[in-house]
Amino acid sequence: MTQKVLVGMSGGVDSAVAASSLIDQGYEVIGATLLLWQGDYENKKENGKTCCSIDDVEDARSVANKLDIPFYVLNMKDLFEEKVVDYFTESYFMGATPNPCIACNRFIKFEAMLDKALALGADFIATGHYARIEFDEKTGRYLLKKAVDLTKDQSYVLYMLTQPQLKRLLLPLGGMVKTGTRKEALDKGLRVSNKPDSQDICFVEGGKYGDFIKNYTNKESPHGWFVDRKGTKLGRHKGIINYTIGQRKGLGIAASAPLYVIEKNLKENTVVLGFKDETYTKSLTASDMNYIAFDQPTKAFKAMAKVRYSAKESEALVTPIGENRVTIEFLSHQLFVAPGQAVVLYDGDLVIGGGIIEVNND
Amino acid sequence: MENRLIYLDHAATTPLKKEVLEEMLPYLTTYYGNPSSLYAIGRESKKAIELARERVAKAINASVTEIFFTGSGTESDNWAIRGAAYQNRQKGRHIITTAIEHHAVMHTFRQLEEEGFEVTYLPVDETGTVDIQKLINAIQSDTTLISVMYANNEIGTLQPIKEIAKVAQDKGICFHTDAVQAVGSIPVDVKDLGVDLLSLSGHKFYGPKGVGVLYIKKGVKIQNYMNGGAQERNKRAGTENIAGIVGIGKAIELSIQKLEANQKYIASLRDLALNQILSKMTFIKLNGHKTNRLPGNLNLSFQFVEGESMTIMLDQRNIAVSSGSACASGSFDPSHVLLAIGLSHELAFGSIRFSFGEENTEEDVDLLVEALIETVTELRKLSPLFMALSGGVQRQSNKRKVKNIISKM
Repeated sequence: MTQKVLVGMSGGVDSAVAASSLIDQGYEVIGATLLLWQGDYENKKENGKTCCSIDDVEDARSVANKLDIPFYVLNMKDLFEEKVVDYFTESYFMGATPNPCIACNRFIKFEAMLDKALALGADFIATGHYARIEFDEKTGRYLLKKAVDLTKDQSYVLYMLTQPQLKRLLLPLGGMVKTGTRKEALDKGLRVSNKPDSQDICFVEGGKYGDFIKNYTNKESPHGWFVDRKGTKLGRHKGIINYTIGQRKGLGIAASAPLYVIEKNLKENTVVLGFKDETYTKSLTASDMNYIAFDQPTKAFKAMAKVRYSAKESEALVTPIGENRVTIEFLSHQLFVAPGQAVVLYDGDLVIGGGIIEVNND
Repeated sequence: MENRLIYLDHAATTPLKKEVLEEMLPYLTTYYGNPSSLYAIGRESKKAIELARERVAKAINASVTEIFFTGSGTESDNWAIRGAAYQNRQKGRHIITTAIEHHAVMHTFRQLEEEGFEVTYLPVDETGTVDIQKLINAIQSDTTLISVMYANNEIGTLQPIKEIAKVAQDKGICFHTDAVQAVGSIPVDVKDLGVDLLSLSGHKFYGPKGVGVLYIKKGVKIQNYMNGGAQERNKRAGTENIAGIVGIGKAIELSIQKLEANQKYIASLRDLALNQILSKMTFIKLNGHKTNRLPGNLNLSFQFVEGESMTIMLDQRNIAVSSGSACASGSFDPSHVLLAIGLSHELAFGSIRFSFGEENTEEDVDLLVEALIETVTELRKLSPLFMALSGGVQRQSNKRKVKNIISKM
């Protein structure tokens, strides 16, 4: 019997080609766009630049029509607000640097959308992420691997996938290169073939997190002091939510060399600044670990670890310290390790697993 | 292999009747003349429009000079409300409507509110009915317009339009009713009702889309909405949609001819569906008024199930219904109508509107009930199962952990 797959279609080129290649592979494909976030929709003051704009939905619909597949818009607004936007803003007020895309993948795409797809009688869901899933006969586990196109690899944001989720997920772009995806879209006559890749956090317009958080929560983040590592006051800051670990621009403090945000101290309401060499970290603690390659380990193991989406992997020793927690010691210094971000562990192109950085131990 | 379509969304739109199409076709090809032109084919077009006007007037007991063709029910609503509000701006800036109007009315009032008008949105009771006493209490010395829909598009509840019109008339306030769902489904007599303005739409009674009517009682003055040529006696500019107008005229004539019999038949299908559903399924709530509702409307909340999932599953069985929450790409907030009658968010999201039409059969009802039992059972049974599948237990603990991480930092 033909297997049915629900493809999450964002209106972008990747998910469009994901849908078309699954059709080519013989699946019965249903397209769905998740409606996650709307501006002031009732009054039609919609933020056009953010996700789920009418244009994006219409792009996805046009692709579905072209491919002649059923298309639905699924309402996940409330869930997205609770699991992603609230988490994002709360984390910032707690002094952390959250990754909302990972929260969205975890609770929305690979949980709520999967539930919905299965309820609707689908056998699988699919997305346009660049990564590969393989079944390992020996261990009986589903493995997550980097994309063939390493420049587009998105395995970092998929580290939280569980075995039941991986079993039900198809990633048809894992073996493709981005230029190939665009060519495929062009060949198939899909109108999104030249659409630019999405950038930044989808619900924050123009990347202005501080403004977004203030407007959304209606809460002020009190002004306080910029200090150095020793606690010397360097100047006034405009509220902790406006700064991110590793930030250099917009600090307004003159020094002999560029200053970076290296820590946010919630208790003192201070933002700690330092020179680049002061931002180095060699050890961190991560929690909420999810393991894909094997069950929760008890012994220390070596891995290549990545502390940010854009960071290079670095050799590290991972030591389990209780349920789903680990310490990670790096061989070399890591720049800008931010609590709230994900740390993902690799063995070659295999994703071992990952977790959320709890504290930077230096 | 493909199932035959079971169409149960007549409140959204209806199929065009063959007889209607046949009357329309010559006006798209042979008689294409502009009705404003003096030569023969222009006069043919004009004649056709005036025949349609007579038919519409007769159907709602109006006179022909009170019938104005528009581009849609939405345009009729916009024109009536803005036109009346602007016309009486000097007299007062307070206008009244209800909390359960169609967006065409609701958003027009919102816009007027932004322009400086004061708006009272009347609440409704749990059946969706407006309380006349509340309306009377809401009237101020500067109230110039009241707009209350005849029949609600989601829950089908009928309003006491005659009583409301009486109140408005006694106070000298202009009264508009959006009768888009009512006309063609139940008898509508503008003289008996005593309304000043009434909107209706062609595609709700087996006529074409893209044509509506605004009834403007003789002597009632409202400002124009469309400016341009002298069409529709200087009140609604724009070259007439002749084929559409011919279509609405024929469709309303046909619907009036068999109105009583159709009303009974459609209500019997609706009641059959309701009785079968209630006898075979549990945890179901009927929304709207038990008896005082449109014959074809059935609005039910299915507990523990999302309307969105149900409509998709029914679509996969080629059964067309609509849900209070699902929409192509528009707003995804729970229906303001269902919230206004006191439904929780959950029940509002679990609601489905079935709207029956004259071409439906008892077999359609049987197939619907069969499909409903299947899908609802499946959805109710499967959702906890799938939670376990994707780690329902683990999910709970993850949620706790995320909170812990945040609080630790």
